[in-house]
Amino acid sequence: MWDMELLLKITLLVSTLLPTAALLVWLERRLLGFWQERCGPNRVGPFGILQSLADLIKILFKHDWIPPFADKPLFVLAPLIGALAVMMSFVVVPLSPGWMISDSHIGLLFFLAMTSLAVYGVLLAGWSSNNKYALLGGMRAAAQTICYEVFMGVSLLGVVILAGSFRLSDIVQAQQGLWFVIPQFVGFVIFIIAGIAESHRLPFDLPEAETELTGGFHTEYSGIKFALFFLGEYLGIMLISMMATTLFLGGWLGPWLPPLVWFLLKTLLLICFFILLRASLPRPRYDQLLAFGWKWLLPLALVNLLVTAAIKLTGGT
Amino acid sequence: MWSQLVTIWRVFRHLFAARDTVRYPEQKPYLSPRYRGRIVLTRDPDGDERCVACNLCAVACPVDCISLQKTEDDDGRWRPAFFRINFSRCIMCGLCEEACPTYAIQLTPDVEMSEYDRNSLVYEKEHLTIDGQGKYPGYSFYRKAGISIKGKAKGEADQEEKPVDVRNLLP
Repeated sequence: MWDMELLLKITLLVSTLLPTAALLVWLERRLLGFWQERCGPNRVGPFGILQSLADLIKILFKHDWIPPFADKPLFVLAPLIGALAVMMSFVVVPLSPGWMISDSHIGLLFFLAMTSLAVYGVLLAGWSSNNKYALLGGMRAAAQTICYEVFMGVSLLGVVILAGSFRLSDIVQAQQGLWFVIPQFVGFVIFIIAGIAESHRLPFDLPEAETELTGGFHTEYSGIKFALFFLGEYLGIMLISMMATTLFLGGWLGPWLPPLVWFLLKTLLLICFFILLRASLPRPRYDQLLAFGWKWLLPLALVNLLVTAAIKLTGGT
Repeated sequence: MWSQLVTIWRVFRHLFAARDTVRYPEQKPYLSPRYRGRIVLTRDPDGDERCVACNLCAVACPVDCISLQKTEDDDGRWRPAFFRINFSRCIMCGLCEEACPTYAIQLTPDVEMSEYDRNSLVYEKEHLTIDGQGKYPGYSFYRKAGISIKGKAKGEADQEEKPVDVRNLLP
């Protein structure tokens, strides 16, 4: 029947993921503040750590409004899909040797599939809002995802070739001697770029693009549904950081400290790096983004894959 | 590409730079004495209110937040029966201060006047009047001006000549 241990793990994961995502909002605002020589939110609770809670309470009490011109079922469904698809991906993330909800032999493919599904949330939100800005945002999200999905997968194939498995725990174990970030540095960089584009983070937040699209796909959203989109976005950052840690930075491997601490430490550093990117880089123009993806990153990823495969075939590492 | 990496590095270094923020309620910025904040009505050196209810401030006020009514004492002095400033309208422009011929109305460097109730921002004369003379000590309108009041006829003010008899051409 029910596997009690598994249920417990899932409950624990969900109940830690959601506050962590909220905490991430605070961390991001605080770090952005520091990088702009401000303080960031520092009033609510010690160091302003309860700011997210205050924001949450505020947003939950906002009027949950559905515009009369919207496609109602899709409009409600879209944020759910966006948040759920991202949360599903956490199932395969190996936090430590003892913590794997599903050590699936196609874990990596599952992750890719779920991140692709997450775009449906954005796409349907843009479509069902029946608003031209939202539609533009949704279209951008679709084009961007198609473009960046391709070489995200291709860049990860290098890792798969080296590890010889799609199973994420095998991939971590294969990095015992040398983290894949060194032999697969190109793949790492491409994965990070694609990951930012996947989670619609600045500088690739063109589907939202407040300055040009008044909020993009979530223009018409408010209250709890808007909060769900935000949750999805921040879970997306966490997911990309965790996957980059697993695939390139040796996952839980590391001396002295317990495996879980190593994993979380590496993830946190990557998240901070993502926030740094947001603080420092401007948003590219939309055609530049797509051209950069198709004309530079895709060939680069393919060359990386070919070279890796060639070295592997000729008996190198 | 290189410039973007440099950008990232430079932004990162700001982590260790000093904050520009002035942590306001704990750390108050210096407001100069001539700062245009809360409006007060001052008194002359004798402790009498300076305002003569000439209405020039109310006329000068671009948002019409000042309202007052003139009344006259037995000794011939003018004073406001009521003097009301609606601070929820006031834009602290200081035009009333410039218009005032008696230095009665003055702006102070106090800006912390938030209220929960909008009506609490309507200040009456007793709320506006302060005990001191403000920025212009020693000035008394009735002692300087050539207006006759009880106990001071024309020509008796400071630095004032005796009135000239305009019907007499003799030197």
